[in-house]
Amino acid sequence: MLNIVVCVKQVPDTNEVRLDPKTGTLIREGVPSIMNPDDKAGLEAALRIKDELGAVVRVVSMGPAQADAVLREALAMGADEAYLISDRAFGGADTWATSSTIAAAVSKLPYDIVFTGRQAIDGDTAQVGPQMAEHLGIPNVSYAEEIRVVGDSLIVKRQFENSYQVVRVKMPCLVTALTELNRPRYMTPGGIFEAYREKQVTVWTRPDVPVDDSNIGLKGSPTRVKESFPKALKGKGEVVTMDAEAEADYLLAKLVERHVI
Amino acid sequence: MKEFSEYKGVYVFVQQVEGVIAPVSFELIGKAKELAKSLNTSVYAVLCGYNVAQLADELGEYGADTVVLIDDPALAEYTTEPYAQAIYGAIEYFKPEVFLYGATTIGRDLAPRVSARVHTGLTADCTKLEIDAETGRLLMTRPAFGGNLMATIVCPDFRPQMATVRPGVMQKAEREEGRRARVLPFNIKIEKNDCFIEILDVIKKMNEAADISSADILVSGGRGMGSKENFQMLYDLAEVLGGRVAASRAAVDAGWADKELQVGQTGKTVRPKVYIAVGISGAIQHLAGMEESDLIIAVNRDETAPIWSVADYGVVGDLNKVIPMLTEKIRAMKENA
Repeated sequence: MLNIVVCVKQVPDTNEVRLDPKTGTLIREGVPSIMNPDDKAGLEAALRIKDELGAVVRVVSMGPAQADAVLREALAMGADEAYLISDRAFGGADTWATSSTIAAAVSKLPYDIVFTGRQAIDGDTAQVGPQMAEHLGIPNVSYAEEIRVVGDSLIVKRQFENSYQVVRVKMPCLVTALTELNRPRYMTPGGIFEAYREKQVTVWTRPDVPVDDSNIGLKGSPTRVKESFPKALKGKGEVVTMDAEAEADYLLAKLVERHVI
Repeated sequence: MKEFSEYKGVYVFVQQVEGVIAPVSFELIGKAKELAKSLNTSVYAVLCGYNVAQLADELGEYGADTVVLIDDPALAEYTTEPYAQAIYGAIEYFKPEVFLYGATTIGRDLAPRVSARVHTGLTADCTKLEIDAETGRLLMTRPAFGGNLMATIVCPDFRPQMATVRPGVMQKAEREEGRRARVLPFNIKIEKNDCFIEILDVIKKMNEAADISSADILVSGGRGMGSKENFQMLYDLAEVLGGRVAASRAAVDAGWADKELQVGQTGKTVRPKVYIAVGISGAIQHLAGMEESDLIIAVNRDETAPIWSVADYGVVGDLNKVIPMLTEKIRAMKENA
C-alpha cells in the first residue's frame, strides 16, 4: 500500500482582494480563505491514486489554528489523516525556514510520494516544494501536468514554457502539482460528516517537529522583509465616452498619433 | 554584521535549451552589469550544458566579463539534480556575492533546490534589483499577495544573495559585437545518485502564435468578451495591427482562450509596445502582468473598472461595436495608403 503525503496551505482568495481606491491600501476584510488551488490539485492526484491502487493519504498544513478548516476539507474529500503544524515559534518563516519545518514534520510520516502545489496564490514563490525535496533528500519533479504510478516509479508529464518532458522518477519523490493536473472532486455530505465527527486533525507544536531552532521561524529565515508598500499605479489616462463610431475614430487617431499604424 | 569579504561577483545562471540561450539570461546579464558596477565587481555568466562552449561569445557581447563553462553530458538536457550539483559546486568554489536566475520553469525549479543545499535565501520573481548604497546589500523587490503589495527583501546573513527574475522585466544591455568574455572551464564531477530522474520523452508545443511575450502588439480579451466566438474579433484586430492575441485569467478560466495566452501574475508578464485591453476589468493580478507596457489602450463598458488606473487611452463603450469598426477603419486606411 502506498503512503502519500499532501501538503496544503490555507490562503486568502487573492482574486477577491480589492484596493481601497482612496488610500491605495488592501481591503483584507471579508476576503474568504480557501485551500490553495495548486495544492488541491495535488490532493486530488493523491486521492485518484488511492481510488485506483489503494493508498493512505495524509495531509499536512502549517499555519494558525484556523488552517484546521482546509485540513477538514481535505478529510471530507477523502484524505485519511490530517496534521496541523502550528506554533508561534514557526511564525514569520520565509520559504527556507518553512520548507525545513514542513520537511522535518513530513519525515515523521511514512511516504512514497509527497505532493505540494507548484505555488501558493498569496506568495507565488514556487520554492517550498523543491526546497522540501532537498531537505528530505529525495528527487522532485516540478510543474506536473499528468502523473501515474508504474511499479516503483512515477511517470510524470512535466510542463516547460515551450515543451513537456515525460520523466520517470523513482519513489520516494516529491511532485509539485499544477491546477492543469485535474479537476478536484467536491466534498460529499458523508465526507463532511466524517471529517468533523469521526476523523481527527492532529496538531503538532514546536516539540513535535524534529528540527533545529536555527532553521525555523523568523530567526531561521535567511531572507527578511525590509519594507512593504502598496503598488504605485500610474496615473489615470484619457478616457472618453462617445458613440461607437466616434470611439473607433478616437482610437484610430491615437494609434496613428503614437505611430502604431 | 557577518563578514562576507570573500564573496565577490554578480553571477547569472545562463539558461540554454538545445543550444539556444533564453532571452531572460541576457536580460539578467544586463541587470548584473548595473549591480556589478555599484559593487565594483564583475559579471559572471554560468553556462551549463553539453557541447555549449560556442555560446560564450554571445554572452560576452551582451555584457558578461567571465563565462564559467560547465560542460558535461549529464547536463545535456535539464533535470534538477545534475544542474543543482553543477551550480552548487560553482557556488562553493567561486563564492558569489549575488546569484541571479530567470524565473522560468527551469529557474524556479533549480534555484530553490540550490538555495536549500547552500543554505541561503532566495527571493522569487523580483521586479526590481538594486544595491543599498549604505550596506552594499542587494535589495530585492517583488510583488506579494497576488500583486497587491510590493515587498523589498534582503538576505543579510547568508551568501550568495539569490533571486529569480521574471522574463521581460529587466532590459538586456546593448549588444557589443566582438566584445569577448574570459572563458573559465569549470570541471566538476557530477555524481549519479537517487535524485536523478530519467527523461523518457520530450514533447514540443508547436504554437508560435502563443508566444505572447515576444509580441510588440497585444490585443487582449477578458471576461467582457462574453464568448469564445467573440475572440475572433480580437484575432481580426491583431491581424491588421500585426500583433498577437492574449487573454486575462477570467477568459482562460472560462475556456475562451488557451492558458499559454494568459497575462498576469499566474500567467505571463508582458511588456509590448502596445497593449489593447478589451473587456478586461483589470484585476490586480492581471495588471501585474502588463502594466509595464509602453502604451495601454482599454475598451470597457464599466467606467469604474480598475483597468483605467493604468490605461493611457480608453473608451467606455460596447466592444462588440467599437472593435470591429476599429478593425475596418485600420484596414481601409492601409488599403488607401
